Amino acid sequence: MTILKVSDIGISFGGLKAIDGVGFSVEAGQIFSIIGPNGAGKTTLFNVVSGIYEASQGRVELAGQDVTRFAPDALAARGLSRTFQNLQIFQRMTAIENVMVGRHLQERCNLFADLLRLPSVTRQNRETREAAAAFLDEVGLRDSADTLAGALSYGACKRLEIARALASEPRVLLLDEPAAGCNSVETEEIDRLICRVAAKGIAVVLVEHDMKLVMKISDRILVLERGRPLIEGSPAEVRANPAVLEAYLGKHGAREAARA
Amino acid sequence: MPEFFQFLVSGLTIGAVYALVALGFTLVYNASDVVNFAQGEFVMLGGMVTVFVHAAGVPLPFAALVAVIVSVVLGLLLYWLAIAPARGASAVSLIIITIGASILLRGAAQIVFDKQFHKLPSFSGDTPVQILGAAVQPQSFWVIGGTAVMVLLLYVFLERTLLGKAVLATSANRFAARLVGINTTTIMALAFGGSAAIGGVAGILITPITLTSYDVGTLLALKGFAAAMLGGMGNPLGAVAGGLLLGLLEAFGAGYISSTYKDAFAFIVILSALFAAPQGLFGRRTIERV
Amino acid sequence: MLAALRHRYGILLVLAIVIAVLPLAFPSSYYFRVASLVWVSAFAAIGLNILMGKAGQVSLGHAGFFGIGAYAVAIGPTHLGVPSLAAALLGCVLSALLAFLVGRPILRLKGHYLAIATLGFGVLVALVITTESRWTGGPDGISVMKLTLFGWRASGSDTWYWITGGLLLAGTWVALNLDDTPTGRAFRALHDSEIAARVTGVNVNRFKLQAFVVAAVYASLAGSALALMNGFVNPDQAGFLHSIELVTMVVLGGLGSVVGSIVGAAVLIMLPQVLTVFQEYENLMLGFIIIVSMIFMREGIVPVLSKFMTGRRA
Repeated sequence: MTILKVSDIGISFGGLKAIDGVGFSVEAGQIFSIIGPNGAGKTTLFNVVSGIYEASQGRVELAGQDVTRFAPDALAARGLSRTFQNLQIFQRMTAIENVMVGRHLQERCNLFADLLRLPSVTRQNRETREAAAAFLDEVGLRDSADTLAGALSYGACKRLEIARALASEPRVLLLDEPAAGCNSVETEEIDRLICRVAAKGIAVVLVEHDMKLVMKISDRILVLERGRPLIEGSPAEVRANPAVLEAYLGKHGAREAARA
Repeated sequence: MPEFFQFLVSGLTIGAVYALVALGFTLVYNASDVVNFAQGEFVMLGGMVTVFVHAAGVPLPFAALVAVIVSVVLGLLLYWLAIAPARGASAVSLIIITIGASILLRGAAQIVFDKQFHKLPSFSGDTPVQILGAAVQPQSFWVIGGTAVMVLLLYVFLERTLLGKAVLATSANRFAARLVGINTTTIMALAFGGSAAIGGVAGILITPITLTSYDVGTLLALKGFAAAMLGGMGNPLGAVAGGLLLGLLEAFGAGYISSTYKDAFAFIVILSALFAAPQGLFGRRTIERV
Repeated sequence: MLAALRHRYGILLVLAIVIAVLPLAFPSSYYFRVASLVWVSAFAAIGLNILMGKAGQVSLGHAGFFGIGAYAVAIGPTHLGVPSLAAALLGCVLSALLAFLVGRPILRLKGHYLAIATLGFGVLVALVITTESRWTGGPDGISVMKLTLFGWRASGSDTWYWITGGLLLAGTWVALNLDDTPTGRAFRALHDSEIAARVTGVNVNRFKLQAFVVAAVYASLAGSALALMNGFVNPDQAGFLHSIELVTMVVLGGLGSVVGSIVGAAVLIMLPQVLTVFQEYENLMLGFIIIVSMIFMREGIVPVLSKFMTGRRA
């Protein structure tokens, strides 16, 4: 079942057309990767889909509903979560509090009840904390629950963001370079985590540079070049396509690689 | 009709002062990203120091020169003692520091001078000139003319001298400026000193008309900032345009709508401008990269 | 005692003890007055701290709400026939309403735009108060009827010490409550990363507004209390300088720290009292404190002190 459908997206900054005519669709439980050289518009595309930028053309549909003009928090309420390429964790909150914020949509939030700390609030807090702890467990950060997020290592922060994104029980998860800066062990863990997430029926859209990871776990891959779609297909199809090599390595480099 | 012209002239006159304050803001903001709330105090000092030095027996032109020098020195001290040590502080922290500096300068003025209103003699007499049925104070010409000269001087400095280009480079990209060998610390100090000089001159020009006292700085700083915002924060031409526009709005508002709420017009305009077009009339919209 | 401070309500307990025990050290009723002034200012500062320290916004015009609360209890009984306590509540409602209406557009701004917009708002409020002299008595202010409840008149510096002390305890309790709640977490989240808060489903605009309204109500109540205590109000209480004093209390004490706001208020109120001979130097001193504390004690007294103490023990 198609959970996310993006059609003919276009956005310009000043005179520069950052994305032009990009579209793709993702099914529940599918792992869909978007790759391309730097400046291809991958993160910009994520920003459009997650409501941070407003597209000048195109459509985004979530579970059949048109969400093109939706703000990020409205999208989150419809089941779309994301992580960030340049970490956006809540530095001054502990790891578990970060994930508890992720449970915000599942909580009942009333100003007066919170100001007076009514018993219902205390009860809900306990439930939220337990749920958050489970997600921390999922990403292997249980022991760091009470550590300030700003004090965690880079790899731990990346996992924390994923835990926070999962905590809202999304239907679609956008992961922006989750394996960036990770060593091979950490990348392995990310690999398994992503597969576990997809196995739960969540549609995962991945922007990544780590080709080994992408080729290994993706169901389908979209290649972007200079804001335009180059090719979409299975890992095997993409790997074999000469235009992809050219996009990454240039005409000369592609010829070299083909000869090798 | 003569009424209209009267308001026009008084609007342009006070607008010229706002333009100078706004220009000072812009200079400092461009060089260092700091919104210097103490800008209004330099205007106050320009007037007050001139008054008191002149009262001590110094001829008026020299008293004015002393006032400008005092302003410049205080501007430099402000940079070295309050801004430079606060490197890395957030934008809001820096504003608060400059607010603290403005309060400090005001407190010092209160003690060194007094709490009274003071006047300077008009530069070329008090006989009003009749133009289009309106009585125009000769001092108004000095203010508007003086502002025009200062703006021109600043333009020539920024566009035609090497040092001026260095200032422009620093405001475009401080890091890159350092990489090409520009001593950005000196540039920033220069900006503070320069804006203090501009403010001081503005104070000397306007005191014959509006009088001065130890606490005129705050309102001036607010209005000058409003003008800078109106023209687009960081745009020197916009600052001048914003200042003149604000002065006119105030004069016409006070004349035709309500004179008791004269001071409010600036704030109502600025709040509206902030809501409708935060980038100002001539500014550029910025995009946040995530 | 330090261990008690770590527990959420430990601060409340310590504060209650301090308030209860302090009068034993007061040689004259003057001290009751100064302490009451500290309690009232601390109450306002705690509210502002929720907006600035927790939600990470800034309000350089907060005394405007303080002034609204103060003038509400001045105008209510005399011009509207509303008893003092009801007038104070009306002041709160008015402040909350104003904060809601003005906050919606203002809080979309950031950084120095937000700072100047709130500053402009505060100045406008003070301007209106000064100008509408038929209602407000103009620049000289007006007197305030004393608070009477069921025939009992609330007057005397010791009575007001206990009233303002109680108010501070209540305000501290509410502020401490907030932290470990969905609203409190939403505030802190949007402070740390607005964009991450948004994508996590936090309606950032709604929560910024809530923080602004809460802070406004705190300030309004403080203004009402001070007016009833003094028996007099003047426009300075809504003025720019007072707004800056409130911000200084919060920042000096430590942004985000409830104890910090109380300490900041205490320092800022008591310093001029201690140096009464330097009446003229008040502005100079305030400016100096602001500059020095923002440069050298950027995090504020309480965080710097607590780091020092925990560092020591290790």
